[in-house]
Amino acid sequence: MNSLFGRLSWSDLTLLDFFENPSVDTAVASTASWMVVIGAILVLGWITLTRSWGWLWREWLTTVDHKKIGIMYMILGFVMFARGIAEGVVMRTHQVTALNGGFLSDHHWAELFSTHGTVMIFFVAMPFITGFMNYLIPLQIGARDMAFPMLNQISLGLTATGAALVMASLVFGPFETGGWTAYPPFTGAAFDPGPGPDYWVWAIVISGLGSMFSGMNFAVTIYKLRAPGMSYMHLPVFCWTALCTSILLTFAIPPLTVAGLMQGLDRLLGFHFFTNDLGGNMMNYANLFWMFGHPEVYILILPAYGIYSELTSTFAAKRLYGYTSLVWATMSIAVISFCVWLHHFFTMGQSPTINAAFGIATAIIAVPTGVKVYVWMATLWRGRIRFTTPMVYMAGFFILFTIGGFSGIILANPAINYQVHNTQFIVAHFHNVLLPGLLFAIFAGIHIWFPKAYGFRLEESWGKVTAILWIAGFSMTFLPLYVVGLMGYPRRSSAFEDPAFMPYMIVSVIGAFTLLVAFAGLVGTIWVSVRNRDRLAVPLGDPWDGRTLEWATPAPPPHWNFAVIPEVNARDAFAIEKVEGRPYVVPDRYRDIHLPPNTMAGFMCFLATTGFGFAMTWWIWWLAIVSALAVLVWLIVHSLRDHPHVVIPAREVHRSNQAWVEAIDLATPVTRDDESNERNRGYAATDMAEAT
Amino acid sequence: MSNAKSLNVHPGMNLGYGEGEHEAEVKVFGFWVFLMSDLVTFGLVFAIFGTMTGATAGGPGPHDVTNLTSVSIQTALLLGSSFAFSWASLSMKYHEGRWRTLFYLSFAATSALGFLIVEGLDFMHWIEIGAVPQRSGYLSALWALVGLHGLHVAAGLLWVGAMTAQILIFGLTDTVKSRVTRLGLYWHFLDIVWVGIFSMVFLAGIA
Ligand code: HEM
Ligand SMILES: [Cu+2]
Repeated sequence: MNSLFGRLSWSDLTLLDFFENPSVDTAVASTASWMVVIGAILVLGWITLTRSWGWLWREWLTTVDHKKIGIMYMILGFVMFARGIAEGVVMRTHQVTALNGGFLSDHHWAELFSTHGTVMIFFVAMPFITGFMNYLIPLQIGARDMAFPMLNQISLGLTATGAALVMASLVFGPFETGGWTAYPPFTGAAFDPGPGPDYWVWAIVISGLGSMFSGMNFAVTIYKLRAPGMSYMHLPVFCWTALCTSILLTFAIPPLTVAGLMQGLDRLLGFHFFTNDLGGNMMNYANLFWMFGHPEVYILILPAYGIYSELTSTFAAKRLYGYTSLVWATMSIAVISFCVWLHHFFTMGQSPTINAAFGIATAIIAVPTGVKVYVWMATLWRGRIRFTTPMVYMAGFFILFTIGGFSGIILANPAINYQVHNTQFIVAHFHNVLLPGLLFAIFAGIHIWFPKAYGFRLEESWGKVTAILWIAGFSMTFLPLYVVGLMGYPRRSSAFEDPAFMPYMIVSVIGAFTLLVAFAGLVGTIWVSVRNRDRLAVPLGDPWDGRTLEWATPAPPPHWNFAVIPEVNARDAFAIEKVEGRPYVVPDRYRDIHLPPNTMAGFMCFLATTGFGFAMTWWIWWLAIVSALAVLVWLIVHSLRDHPHVVIPAREVHRSNQAWVEAIDLATPVTRDDESNERNRGYAATDMAEAT
Repeated sequence: MSNAKSLNVHPGMNLGYGEGEHEAEVKVFGFWVFLMSDLVTFGLVFAIFGTMTGATAGGPGPHDVTNLTSVSIQTALLLGSSFAFSWASLSMKYHEGRWRTLFYLSFAATSALGFLIVEGLDFMHWIEIGAVPQRSGYLSALWALVGLHGLHVAAGLLWVGAMTAQILIFGLTDTVKSRVTRLGLYWHFLDIVWVGIFSMVFLAGIA
């Protein structure tokens, strides 16, 4: 029995913790664990009751449509976001009771910041940006799909595996306690032989491979599948940032994979890469990890910059000011981000010369970032700005992100860094760039592109209130941490002794609950909008007077994106079409469209790699072997079969495109003033002529 | 066939005309991107090895694990395998029929299998003299680097097996040709990495 389940036993079930040993601490742990189990049962039951399994399988789980894959990434991100936020709130609540101790055990606190960091970075932020890139890239460059549609689905499967493993750790046994960076030898077998660090290793290695493949897929798609005439300098800015992000993914994930696997070898087979004894060297881990870790923050933020760029030019109804400098700034950031990783361990004993070099390199990144901020300001300048929900987020971003950026420049100075290293100042800094920088962009982006994906807008009133809640909640939660950080409050510390921190902790916990309400506001916005979807419908596809090609399709776009592949000869292709008075090109002849068939490759990979990761964590060797073989055998069998394309007959393309164009011809364009009411059916009147 | 460019879109493939070419170009390019990423992986493991050459913790060092005769044989076998693969690619390109391609491919595979066997013998010897990866940081890094390359070769062999089956079932269709082309890239890439290991791990180790 024991060997059948490896080292997994009943006592590892967190569900039972509370009943065996009742305390506040185990109550929190067991509740989380029950929530996972009950949540899963509810979802599965709901799908069964509504008899949606067939639909789910055909339309979603086996699809290779980049748009649906993108949406699934977003859903994954949202589910994990709910968990991450909940953990954040629990942690802040702990901190407010943490003067000379707190209500959670030290171990539980350590698990919380470790899972919270891991979940937020790898399973919230990454799926969000990957979701956006998946959805937007082919549409913006005028392509029918990704370069490798099946690989795209597999990437999603691998990302989901990582998320599933981290979720499993809530039910089965502990997670690691070394933070999202999992530094050995603290997470090495000698110090922590339990399954916690193994969960981290396999979740991160497997989902990392998924991200790496996504990066390659995006890069090749942008390089090779651009519509005829779309030169690099005609690319929408979001695609530029996506391209740079993809290159970063391709080259920055290998260090993470290598670090993770070496850590795994140390733990499982007794190797000595990062151990304390026999020649191990943990500085190698620090270097490898941050060779990934620093570019990672640009992997996350560059697409967000892309969204802000599209946002400013759309909602100011102007061409983006300084496109070329923005492109150069993006590329410079991508390159320099590989040269600064050492600023994460200034205090770990390298020479002052090395510290100085990396400090300067770090400060230099602020220059192209500054260029971007000016570009956005100049774009807004004298624009016809509409203060829609995305603009509210943009406003919050502008002010708060600048503060976060400045705190980053301060940290780039090794001498100052020594003072605030590993204090709450750092916590304030990175939440300051991640929430207003990354998440606000995602939320703004959801407001902008949701109508494209689903065919109806999101409720503006709810959206604005939610945006303001995020801004206020963020400021209250994290800005006080700058102060306590400077006062010497360490990071990752489960308790503190200085009563002077208390007022700040109280503001901070109120902020955290505000953020919880903001998250509910997000869910509420979607809920209310779904209920009012008829009133909010924008089937004609261009509710915001958009500038790039994705707006030149119906909402939601057909599976094949474009009836004919558009020809492009300028930047902002759709805007130019509108100015020249010939938008919505109707082809003289339609052709059959060939699309790749559905496949269960991604789902197979998800099952097998989840089995593998779980088996490696709990030493269930038979399962590890079976899962690994399953992938191999499936791949070989798959390659030996024929995979005919799905053909959409020209007739069908014609019918669907014709219906859409006729609906546009019958509609009257809606002006800016009516953008937020029910007269907006997705056919925006353009004032591009004056605005370009 | 108007000009030289369209004649030789892909050195290594003469595909049918039309869509096929573009599709193959995208795939081969994508595979290059993957290889470059894999090169980064190898580069990192090399770098770790570099920092750990001195970390023998009193255990076996470079002199104990280097058997020049054996590594030379391995090198010859792997280079030979690459050479045979080039012939397979050429025969595929010039439409000499599937059997000829398979014939050369079988040489490439046998030679690579030989490489793996000789490498395995080395590994067994290391275990005998106590040069196991658990002994020191240096040996961990050595086993990881050489082993990673060996795993790549083994995976490549599986791939050759799968391609053989595909050639037998489908013949040299465009899809199959494009896959063989990518396998070829992979094969030669492993050669280059091996040259790195041969010179930086073994030659430099005892120099
Ligand atoms: C409701 C919002 C959030 C709250 C209340 C919150 C709270 C916290 C707290 C209390 C910590 C521990 C600080 C310490 O070590 O002393 C933490 C760490 C962290 N948070 Fe958040 N957070 C939130 C949102 C986010 C988001 C959106 C992200 C990223 C996208 C994020 C990423 C991280 C990371 C990477 C760590 C570091 C974990 C580590 O030390 O390894 N957090 N957060
Ligand atoms: Cu950094």
